[in-house]
Amino acid sequence: MTTTTTTTDLALMAHLMRRAGFGAGREELEEKVARGYENVVEDLLNPSGDRQTLPEDLIRRYHVEHSEMRDLSGAGANWMYRMITTNQPLEEKMALFWHSLFATGYAKLNQARALLNQIDMFRRAGFGRFTDILVELSKDPAMIIWLDNNDNHNGAINENYGRELLELFSMGIGNYTEDDVKEASRAFTGWTLKNAEYMSMRAMKDSIWPYSRIAWHFEFRDQDHDTGEKVFLGERGDFGGDEIVEIICRQDATARFVCTRLFQFFAADEIDGAGEATIEQMMASYFESDYEIRSVLRTLFNSDYFKGEGARYARVKAPVETVVGAVRMAGSYRQPTLGVNQLASQAFFMGQGLLQPPTVEGWHEGIEWIDSGSLVERVNFAAAELGDASNPGVRSIADRLARDGGRHQSPEQVVDGCLDLMGPLSVEDDTREAIIGFAAQFGDVDMDDEDSRQAVANVMRLIASSKEYQLA
Amino acid sequence: MATQNGATQNGNGNHDKKALVVVQLSGGNDTLNTVVPYNDGLYYDFRQKVKLDGDKVLPISDGLGFNPSMAPIKRLWDEDKVAVINGIGYPNPNRSHFRSMDIWHTALPDDIGRDGWLGLATRELDPKGDNVLTAVNFGRGLPRALSVRGVPVASVGNLETYGLFPDMQDEMMRNFALEAFSQMYGGSQGRDRVMDFLGQTGRDALKGADILRTAPERYSSSVEYAANPIAQSLKNVAQTLFADLGTRIFYTQHGSFDTHSGEIETHSKLWDEVAGGIGDFYDDLREHGREDDVAILVFSEFGRRIKDNGSGTDHGSGGSAFVISGQVNGGLYGNYPSIAPEDQLEGDLQFNNDFRTTYSTLLERWFGIDSGPIVNGRFEQYDFLPA
Repeated sequence: MTTTTTTTDLALMAHLMRRAGFGAGREELEEKVARGYENVVEDLLNPSGDRQTLPEDLIRRYHVEHSEMRDLSGAGANWMYRMITTNQPLEEKMALFWHSLFATGYAKLNQARALLNQIDMFRRAGFGRFTDILVELSKDPAMIIWLDNNDNHNGAINENYGRELLELFSMGIGNYTEDDVKEASRAFTGWTLKNAEYMSMRAMKDSIWPYSRIAWHFEFRDQDHDTGEKVFLGERGDFGGDEIVEIICRQDATARFVCTRLFQFFAADEIDGAGEATIEQMMASYFESDYEIRSVLRTLFNSDYFKGEGARYARVKAPVETVVGAVRMAGSYRQPTLGVNQLASQAFFMGQGLLQPPTVEGWHEGIEWIDSGSLVERVNFAAAELGDASNPGVRSIADRLARDGGRHQSPEQVVDGCLDLMGPLSVEDDTREAIIGFAAQFGDVDMDDEDSRQAVANVMRLIASSKEYQLA
Repeated sequence: MATQNGATQNGNGNHDKKALVVVQLSGGNDTLNTVVPYNDGLYYDFRQKVKLDGDKVLPISDGLGFNPSMAPIKRLWDEDKVAVINGIGYPNPNRSHFRSMDIWHTALPDDIGRDGWLGLATRELDPKGDNVLTAVNFGRGLPRALSVRGVPVASVGNLETYGLFPDMQDEMMRNFALEAFSQMYGGSQGRDRVMDFLGQTGRDALKGADILRTAPERYSSSVEYAANPIAQSLKNVAQTLFADLGTRIFYTQHGSFDTHSGEIETHSKLWDEVAGGIGDFYDDLREHGREDDVAILVFSEFGRRIKDNGSGTDHGSGGSAFVISGQVNGGLYGNYPSIAPEDQLEGDLQFNNDFRTTYSTLLERWFGIDSGPIVNGRFEQYDFLPA
């Protein structure tokens, strides 16, 4: 049996892999097209096999900061490296999604390991039922310190977690009352850390840590839990945290909230009428599947909207996507060397420091990623990675171009070929003309000549600097 | 005191020429070894190892002396150009670097804030964002202090290579690439909102880079700055300032002052670099007749533990900040905290003046802008600047 890979299939698969992953090279895309779109969606939604090309213990042995993980740069590097080398891109992308939504930051914790444990929980639970995710989140030690649930006591509630659970994590403002916030907070009294007082004092003090950090663990303190009756979102009972989460997940507002956030993260920054209809389909899947995120994503990725032209390049890449995407395409940083630390810093320079969201609200995404400072950082980073002919990914694009396009290629051929292999990326006429004008100064390219690799890299550099490349 | 702009009578009446240069000492500067209470026997009791001898410090008052590495700042102190604000801090001090720095940057001690105080000040100084260079950070990555949504701030790693494609060695190739970039971002408008915004932002970035690039070319000075990063950053500040690009806020930092071990050597080297850089910068200002237009604020996120750990000091609270300018009423502000055991806060210095008092003074008296919304409250003002 022979299958013909059409340009349309390829472009669609490239789109899926940019959204459900961090992009894919041409050979990988061709394999996936042969496997079939819906099968690939299932593969992405049901990760199996080795997550990493290197196992975690080897990663840590390579780089002591990854291993110790007591401070931010080592922890950021560890996650960045896992995104670059993962075989399960959607799992990492979902972890990034939940991190953006449940934004927990190092500043208040001084405990990078607890943050990476939270990210691991997102990998483990992130496709499952939303109920389970919220319960795990409520028991997550980093979250407990971040939103002060260790200070939420029977008879003396601290509303911080109860409020953000409703406002930022599940329903959105306007769908509950101040009393609901208080009642939810009562239900989460006693959800704290083992040895919470000492742990929170250590987080405050942050002096030197000669033996790294003491691990944090969840503890339910029966005697500090308010067992009294609560009235929450119109329901009455002796609710604990689990019941509160169940009630939250039943709400239309919750379905709309989580489906909208998933839509904006995976499909498009802006929601038009067709987008709204797609969100409705996702909400239906949410309820039919008993709140399972995997089902919601399956509906999204298989929807006409997602597969249609309207969703193509309709998102501004987040800085982490920019860094990981460029590095995966360039084929650099395949080993967990010290330079990986710098990659985490690069995303920070572009406005998205992993594990250091600006506030509990997370980042403002979409077009707000872009300002003159961040754009310079994005362009300089991607241009340097993809403009370096010594990077293996850049060479393989040049090789592919030589294989497919013949020995002597005009500037137009090289530019169009690179646009195709880096996307396929369709660009405005002005962009294409500017790059061809640049390439034309060096004339036709002899692909048998070693200099041709640099010529291709120069074109790739300019494509990586374009407006269009800022979108995914 | 005569100034270039004739604003002698009312101190700094002419606000729109004033520039603020922030020097952040990252990592927690050890106050006790910066402004040293060298006549206090308790200092030598608590500091068995990490101490500075009384005959080495540079005395500035009865009982207080600068670290010996601060000679260039001592020279300015003797000219009454240095305000030392002792006992500066905020209630319930946090000993985490990140959190405490956040508090200083957002002027919000109790909540996790979003907006940086200098970003808000930038918006007040240039409400329409007409000048992409109203605030310039010398360093990579925007400090929270300068971060406010919609307020453009340039972050400059190195002025000589600032801009797009700094990795391109071949100057001709780089110019070709820049030209292509300009074409790509200057294309036709009106078809797509996102594309238009990207185009505008790209053009702004190029414009900022083009303007900034002229600064080193136009600069000449007899001052020779040292080769270390803070001295070079301050040289970049001088170059940008003298190019008159309308920049009002400059941000620099140096470190790490996180001296848990080997403090005496590290701390003295750091202050050699900071004080040397500031001394050179001040000389440069003077040579260009600009010493009355510039105020320098030096601060750190916290001070360090009163008792040493045998080789260094651990995180503490309460610190000293400095404001240096031709317009400053030099002297001591705040109170130097007592280090007597009964006066300590969990082994640290007690603060006695809120850092937002110093911020308010700079915002109101230097920039002539309303400080309340920026520092999240009303604070009294110091007289280190004339009212």
